[in-house]
Amino acid sequence: MEREQEYVLRAAEERNVKLIRLWFTDVLGKLKSVAISPVELETAFVEGVHFDGSAIDGFSRIQESDVMAKPDPSTFEVLPWTEGGTTARMFCDIETPSGRPFDGDPRQVLRRNLLKAQADGQIFQVAPEMEFFYFAEGEPGVSPTPLDSGSYFDLTTSDVASDLRRRTISVLEAMGIPVEYSFHEDSPSQHEIDLRYTDAMSMADQIMTFRLVVRELAMEQGHYASFMPKPLEGLQGSGMHLHLSLFENDTNIFHPDPSTAQGQVGELSPVGRNFMAGLLRHAPEITAVTNQLVNSYKRLVVGYEAPVWVSWARNNRSALIRVPLTKPDKTSSTRIEYRAPDPACNPYLAFSVILAAGRAGIEGNYDLPAETTQNLYELSSEEVAKMGVEPVPRSLAEAIDVMERSELVHEALGEHIFEWFLRNKRNEWESYKSHVSQWELKRYLPNW
Amino acid sequence: MSAASEPSSDMFAVFPAAPPTELVRFLDLGGYKWHGSDQANEIVVQSDETGSDETAEAPPTWAGALVTIDERREEAWRFCRELRKRDAPIEPLLVLLGGDRLDDLQSRADLFDDFIITPFHPQELEARLQHQLLRAGRGVRPELITYGPLTLNVETYQAMFDDRHLDLTFMEYELLRFLASSPGQVFTRETLLSRVWGYEYFGGARTVDVHIRRLRAKMGEEHSSLIATVRGVGYKLGQSRWTAGGEHR
Repeated sequence: MEREQEYVLRAAEERNVKLIRLWFTDVLGKLKSVAISPVELETAFVEGVHFDGSAIDGFSRIQESDVMAKPDPSTFEVLPWTEGGTTARMFCDIETPSGRPFDGDPRQVLRRNLLKAQADGQIFQVAPEMEFFYFAEGEPGVSPTPLDSGSYFDLTTSDVASDLRRRTISVLEAMGIPVEYSFHEDSPSQHEIDLRYTDAMSMADQIMTFRLVVRELAMEQGHYASFMPKPLEGLQGSGMHLHLSLFENDTNIFHPDPSTAQGQVGELSPVGRNFMAGLLRHAPEITAVTNQLVNSYKRLVVGYEAPVWVSWARNNRSALIRVPLTKPDKTSSTRIEYRAPDPACNPYLAFSVILAAGRAGIEGNYDLPAETTQNLYELSSEEVAKMGVEPVPRSLAEAIDVMERSELVHEALGEHIFEWFLRNKRNEWESYKSHVSQWELKRYLPNW
Repeated sequence: MSAASEPSSDMFAVFPAAPPTELVRFLDLGGYKWHGSDQANEIVVQSDETGSDETAEAPPTWAGALVTIDERREEAWRFCRELRKRDAPIEPLLVLLGGDRLDDLQSRADLFDDFIITPFHPQELEARLQHQLLRAGRGVRPELITYGPLTLNVETYQAMFDDRHLDLTFMEYELLRFLASSPGQVFTRETLLSRVWGYEYFGGARTVDVHIRRLRAKMGEEHSSLIATVRGVGYKLGQSRWTAGGEHR
């Protein structure tokens, strides 16, 4: 038995853990869990835990529904809340009964993409800005009531939502998820918590944990937290901006070589520029993955600091990619900020396609288009189109169409998930399309 | 011999009864239990009797011996010889002697396992002692590593701050244990990566920074400063035990 596994067995015993939750993620990014008792741990490490995958979204075709969950001992963590006894969790990799990585497992998909990058010496680092809302209640079908009426950077010392956010941060830190900043966002009861960068696999695991912790703690107080991209019409939606960089060993390869650099602010190395060019060129293809809901596209509209055009800039928040200004001597912070994703995506799949797009730019030595210095929100569609700037897909239907033709996304996700995802999202779109909304009734019924 | 100094498997026999101050300091700060004696029979008789002792389920024995070859050098070497004469000789036996006494070692190779020149460097003695313990098939380290409010149990993998459990992942635990084993010593990221992780990992050398941040987050504001960043070099935990005069910076 490996020492890491032995450590988990001893820790579970010493901490009197009653239940171990084996976590994994379905294709749509929902957290799933199989619970085992400590006595089953050793077998789980050696053989895995067998279950029928046909009940999990996107896991199995009927004829191959048996899968094994293999816990990853490096992710063993005692949960800071109790479920009638000490509970711990581990993330799992899903395998076929013959021990091969299971194609329908998003974590395995990300691992495969990261290993490819690692073979070229690249380590993908990610830091997300997590935005979400606290609501008084979470009843489906009813427009939710915000918990507070604060806005950006308000110092609201006494309100419930800010207390909740503070408590959430201390629980996250206790679980080894370091928080960089947190603040009240623009909209009432909208909050943001920024996480410190780490490698993409750990970060995807952390985002899954984050979403659970935020929801769990809100629930404890009788409230409801939501990562829905655009819950309230007319107010800013929730994004998940991603700060991205590639490292080779200890070196940030997005940071320009000081001997050739111009000393400009927001400057990137040639590799960094190639990566950004790749991400820009393939952005429309990967949007269905980074913004996977019908509702995601109601956030991507003009006027709410969400990207609408495929463009980049140093200091222009209407751009899809921003190059944040960093201190020239702080080489590890040189990065790009990809502003399309929302917190309802599957982080494993989103990181996979983003990395694939950026790496395509490096491999193909793509040219970086010119920086967009104007505020694109103030221009008409025609004016922007004249500049040669493409729109970000405007609806889930558009996004799926582009994705379906993408070799890059097909390759990054693998056949199993690519095919299932498209089928599932087509169904979602068809269901939405056939729905007659309040908006239509109000607008058309009296007039036609 | 007082009850408090009954020999046990983790106690060192030390010659003379009043050892030099530097040695006392070394033993106490290193957490070693010891008993000073001028008389070899005090040590040996005690152990030899155990076979017939009525309470001897697990016969007490000595973890090893440290003999200072001082001005009473004949007595000191006799002490060594007595300890070696037994059926189960006490080992490891380390002698401490001045550089002008190296001649003494000639034709006495059978009386000791290793030697160190005085004045000694505590880290050198520590390394030699641990090395000899390892060769004798003994536990290399005490079971508990403590530093200030921090206690790590090497056997059970438990980490505690005073009475509070610190729930760590395996790598977080290994990193903390490594740092806490050599308080005050600065380790570079590369050293930590190769000594603690020992294999390639998705995070590369930045993994170390990430784990340090996670550790600090878990330690909480109160204790997070225990791990210090040494700019441009790496990390260290707390102050060295060997800092002269317990000086604090």
